[in-house]
Amino acid sequence: MSLTEDLTTGSDKEQADRTSRNKLLYAAGGLVAFLVALALLSHVPGSTGQIAASMLRVAIQPQTAALAVAVIGLNIHFGYTGLLNMGQAGFMMLGAYGFSIAIWKGQPMIVGILAGFAAAFVFALLLGIPTLKLRGDYLAIVTISAAEILRYTGRLAKLENFTGAAQGIPGSQYRGPFADLSFLPQDTNWTFPFTKLTYPLTGTDDWWTRLVAWLVVALCSYFVFLLARSPWGRLLRGVREDEDAIRSLGKNVFAVKMQALIIGGLFGALGGIIFILPSSMQPDAMGRNLTFFAWTALLLGGAATVFGPVLGSILFFSVRIFLQGITDAVLPSGLMNTQQTEQFAWICIGVMLMLIVIFRPQGLVGDKRELRFNV
Amino acid sequence: MSDLATRDYADPAVRAQLVSEVDRAPGAAKPDPILVVDSVVRHFGGMTAVDVDHLEVQRGIITALIGPNGAGKTTFFNLVTGFDRPSQGAHWSFDGKTLDKTSASSVAQAGMVRTFQLTKSLNRMTVMDNMMLGATEQSGENLVKSLFKPLWHGQEREIEERAKELLDRFKLLAKKDDYAGSLSGGQRKLLEMARALMTRPKMIMLDEPMAGVNPALTQSLLGHIQSLRDEGTTVLFVEHDMHMVRHISDWVVVMAEGRVIAEGPADSVMSDQAVIDAYLGAHHDMDLGDDALLEEDAVKEMADEVAREEAEGKA
Ligand SMILES: Nc1ncnc2c1ncn2[C@@H]1O[C@H](COP(=O)(O)OP(=O)(O)OP(=O)(O)O)[C@@H](O)[C@H]1O
Ligand SMILES: [Mg+2]
Repeated sequence: MSLTEDLTTGSDKEQADRTSRNKLLYAAGGLVAFLVALALLSHVPGSTGQIAASMLRVAIQPQTAALAVAVIGLNIHFGYTGLLNMGQAGFMMLGAYGFSIAIWKGQPMIVGILAGFAAAFVFALLLGIPTLKLRGDYLAIVTISAAEILRYTGRLAKLENFTGAAQGIPGSQYRGPFADLSFLPQDTNWTFPFTKLTYPLTGTDDWWTRLVAWLVVALCSYFVFLLARSPWGRLLRGVREDEDAIRSLGKNVFAVKMQALIIGGLFGALGGIIFILPSSMQPDAMGRNLTFFAWTALLLGGAATVFGPVLGSILFFSVRIFLQGITDAVLPSGLMNTQQTEQFAWICIGVMLMLIVIFRPQGLVGDKRELRFNV
Repeated sequence: MSDLATRDYADPAVRAQLVSEVDRAPGAAKPDPILVVDSVVRHFGGMTAVDVDHLEVQRGIITALIGPNGAGKTTFFNLVTGFDRPSQGAHWSFDGKTLDKTSASSVAQAGMVRTFQLTKSLNRMTVMDNMMLGATEQSGENLVKSLFKPLWHGQEREIEERAKELLDRFKLLAKKDDYAGSLSGGQRKLLEMARALMTRPKMIMLDEPMAGVNPALTQSLLGHIQSLRDEGTTVLFVEHDMHMVRHISDWVVVMAEGRVIAEGPADSVMSDQAVIDAYLGAHHDMDLGDDALLEEDAVKEMADEVAREEAEGKA
């Protein structure tokens, strides 16, 4: 390539940056179109409108945003670095416990957030030091069991005064300082224009929580975008591909993996904090299930992409509602009751996950070329 | 020692003079060794893969490490570069720095960079990304600095330019935006070598760099390795092709069954009886670089002899 050509077209790296930016725009545009379509459809009378309305409700609920943040962290672990973290719910739970316990015990909110981060940080160190030098499977085993141990510890009746044991900590004990930050008016049942979404502007399960939650998702995505395009992000992908090759180039692989584990874990903790904001702190809500939801959302959206985790989380929740709604509407109620259709929807999600992994391993927005080669 | 520092290894006469001063025996002392290895032993179960008493690699020249399959060459590479651990206390130093317990990445940072016999290309990354990972001391690889593009953008452009130059030399420039996984086996060998050079090593250790590379490119690669030496990089390489070894190496070390059995300039080593025995079994007085070895009669003769020896062994 001649020098003049170089000057006019910019470097190839920048071109690659540009294509990935275009892809991001398409994905974001598609998502907005999806939400708008749901909003319009929700005005159709009958079950179509109902299904669309509840899909839209879960698509933008704070828990979806919380999962998205945790999946963004999992994406750093698995998508970029190749770390098999099977205990992302454990990181979420630590963030949530740190936040809720600190505030419950009278600390200011910022202390709560920092306590959640600190707990996840220590957890990552404890899990990483013994396992990151070993083969990848060890981390998977250790994370899944450590997350379960944490959950059972949190449930211990002896710890009732500290963790609230199995009942957990009611939202009213820790939500106050967050709700107080709201600059939106109090106690109105406000409807988002052109939709049927009616929630209080401030209070429990309100617009304020939604606003902050999705703002956090946007910031986290931007953060990951900055990391992924940098030489550090390249180093992560190198470690994912072949640790020994990276070692032979003089890079400290252990340190890189540890950094990735910690960063992804902190995202998990942040997700956990958001997760409990509109509800209550219940250890059983953050068990293995949640970890597998996170994995499904990641694979659905596309690992090693910036926008995949967000798209995956939104679709994961809304597709399930769609499946359940359709089954409810189509099948006569004698055949399956609501509880059974819910289970049926979960089964479909499982089948969907299998189909994705087989037929579209790169997820919805992943780069197919990145996954074409057997490693 | 003052003349050592000022020696110009690009000059063949200087190199000939240098190696002529060295004893032609296993473990011979070199005037200015860059790598000194003492009692490196590696057992796999009952078998001893490597048992090297003493070995010195001279700075600034091309040293070939040869030996039959299973001689322990790759294992030796793994040991000195920190990818494997010796079975018992060993000592080795590189460029005056002791490396006994150093990790693979620190060895590379010290300036001793190796390639792998079974190529390790980063398949789901582009050729360019593969190359750029090789560059050392990138400020953008620091987690905090990586967030701020202006802090590493300039360096990134410099690295990219250097990567392009190297890719051009290795005939891979046209492939720079392809995924490394889409390259052919030989191209991956080239990529790995180019990537190792991105680290600006003091010494490069190549494990069969030419295996699977076509003859025309082999020629230009040989030239490239020689120019590396002329620019001051020490080269240690493993190779089975005797013509190549003879063509470019200034010094040859022969391993067999884990031990260093001979050292010397290519010609003298290839006519060494111990080396010929190690390669071909006893009773051969042929030169290893001899084309006659490849002819059908010679191959048949050897096969016959092996059969005869086996029959004798059974009797
Ligand atoms: N990880 C291992 N486990 C058990 N034995 C091993 C291992 N690695 C190497 N060996 C044995 O050590 C010996 C030396 O192997 P090595 O790979 O070093 O040979 P080499 O000289 O590189 O041979 P080639 O020229 O075929 O590459 C062989 O007999 C091999 O079987
Ligand atoms: Mg070998």
